[in-house]
Amino acid sequence: MAGVTGVFAADAALLGFARALRAAGVDASAERVHAFLCAVDVLRPGLRADVYWAGRLTLCGDRDDLERYERVFASCFGGGEPAGHAVPAAPAPRLRLLVGDAGAEGRTRARGERDAPPAPSLASSTEVLRHRDFAGLDAVEREQVRRLLAALALRGAVRRSARRRPARRGEVDPHRTVRELLRRGGEPALPRRHARTNRPRRVVLLVDVSGSMAPYADALLRFTHAAAHTRGTEVFTIGTRLTRVTREMSHRDPDLAMTAVAAAVPDWRGGTRLGELLRAFLDRWGQRGMARGAIVVVLSDGWERGDPELLAAQMRRLHRLAHRVIWTNPRKARPGYAPLAAGMAAALPSVDAFVEGHSLAALERLAAVVRGADDA
Amino acid sequence: MDGPEQVRARLEATGYLVDDGLAVACFLALRLGWPLFCEGDAGVGKTALASALAEALDAPLIRLQCHEGIDASQALYDWDFPRQLLHLRAAEAAGVTDSDLLEGQLYDRRFLIARPLLRALETQPSVLLVDEIDRADDEFEAFLLELLSEYSVTVPELGTLRAEVPPVVVLTSNRTREVHDALKRRCLYHWFDHPDFARELAIVRRRLPQVSARLAEQVTALVQALRAQDLLKPPGVAETIDWAEALDTLGAGEVSAELAVATLGSVLKYREDAERARGLDFAAVLATRGA
Repeated sequence: MAGVTGVFAADAALLGFARALRAAGVDASAERVHAFLCAVDVLRPGLRADVYWAGRLTLCGDRDDLERYERVFASCFGGGEPAGHAVPAAPAPRLRLLVGDAGAEGRTRARGERDAPPAPSLASSTEVLRHRDFAGLDAVEREQVRRLLAALALRGAVRRSARRRPARRGEVDPHRTVRELLRRGGEPALPRRHARTNRPRRVVLLVDVSGSMAPYADALLRFTHAAAHTRGTEVFTIGTRLTRVTREMSHRDPDLAMTAVAAAVPDWRGGTRLGELLRAFLDRWGQRGMARGAIVVVLSDGWERGDPELLAAQMRRLHRLAHRVIWTNPRKARPGYAPLAAGMAAALPSVDAFVEGHSLAALERLAAVVRGADDA
Repeated sequence: MDGPEQVRARLEATGYLVDDGLAVACFLALRLGWPLFCEGDAGVGKTALASALAEALDAPLIRLQCHEGIDASQALYDWDFPRQLLHLRAAEAAGVTDSDLLEGQLYDRRFLIARPLLRALETQPSVLLVDEIDRADDEFEAFLLELLSEYSVTVPELGTLRAEVPPVVVLTSNRTREVHDALKRRCLYHWFDHPDFARELAIVRRRLPQVSARLAEQVTALVQALRAQDLLKPPGVAETIDWAEALDTLGAGEVSAELAVATLGSVLKYREDAERARGLDFAAVLATRGA
């Protein structure tokens, strides 16, 4: 393949464009840039439209990238004709290693300290910590809870898969049986059998990061991080908009992951429009298959700013798609709690399990419920 | 083919209309031999692209429909065990005693059943459609990744089978789950949008030449209006064509609001959507396009 040929200046412009794309959050890796240069090479590099399409086809890998691509392309190669749909106002540039700890948690910590009852510090505090409300933890305890959370893993209840594996009983496995026969030169042998395997169901987590959830958001997101390390788990944040953070959550290091999530989520501590965002999730992901047969966990206090009727309708829809819908409400544990928030009341009829989510013990129980234990 | 324009012309000759981006995508896929990764809503023509490409290139279309649990023996090759056994018995009856020879014969190419992927490697030229890759598991993706980078397959008993001319590969995904970056990175990525009115009308006219111009125009206008509604499943181009065909089958030269409502079932597949669509003023939409 022809690599970097032709005028250096032109290639420099293309490379600069790729760098700008990376800065805007598109994963334009070296391999992709190489493909981009190859593509431009076989097209007519003078033509703006060809450069546009060559870049879009090679550098983008996701629908979410396209919007950023339009923006960066316009700023690098000038306006020209408006390429396709209108681009919304540019989001703030990604912050790295700044927002996460100082921002998201700093806030919650400040609130936490204010709310904390004057609890005596205990030497062997793990057991106590397990049952303490996240909202009332101080900084040291928070750190400890984080470490404990990291050990939690979330695996969905099992379902039968299409795959088979050797087993003592089950259908006859022609492959292995014939192989066995061949090994014996065609003499009769015992039939080998195989059976279907079980696979964990996909788990989809919808984490509310609105203002009313601020004391819990950090702990819940960390729980989500620990949970998201099981394959096939998907994570979204909901607040004033829906953000998919599965990719950000994939950092192994929880702190790095939290920083990435903090940078990706534009709506910390905003209001909640659960109904609308649930619909956005179902339209774009859920109905296509992500929620089908999955275990969907909503982590929210159910404070709905929008129309509860819409939320009820979308919850019914979700309930029809998903295998199980689990709602985790950290406020459920408060003495005298009743699901009176309009959103919560609207959602409850379509929920299979309604669990607490305020403490480590509660999250452990949540993990058990997701795994299929019947204690709703 | 020399450039995107030529690719476009060839594809349009088969009845598949492409826009600028897709023309460039197909050209690059053909020229550089990269797989084309197609994403977009259902019914926007992702799968149809593969058959159009096959027709344009005059090559067979080999289709692999992915599903959960698909593995190499369903996608790549399998040994024909009953025939092997039969051969063994026949050899025994004929009194063959040379076991090495027999063993060698058993793993002959004629006992190998080529599944779609191997068939695509062996057929030159060919168009390979890997449909709904998002339904397969990620192990299968890794396997596909290896195949697409080498265009060769190693059968332990036979050795390596390599494609002299790599097939044109089209992968489609409905985005039910994220396909691994490593796979996407080796592909050209194209997002399919719903077409605008003029393009969609042209597609309907091309696919259904027997339908009257007026009916095609009205149906397209209605579908575009439906898409602007807040539906669970906005209709794709495939549904537009279905609807026009349904109305044509009913002998309608044009659509009235009543007829549109009566045949809504060929476009909208959810009760909620049908209810919401009733709120749409069909007569008004038809009036704007009707004159």
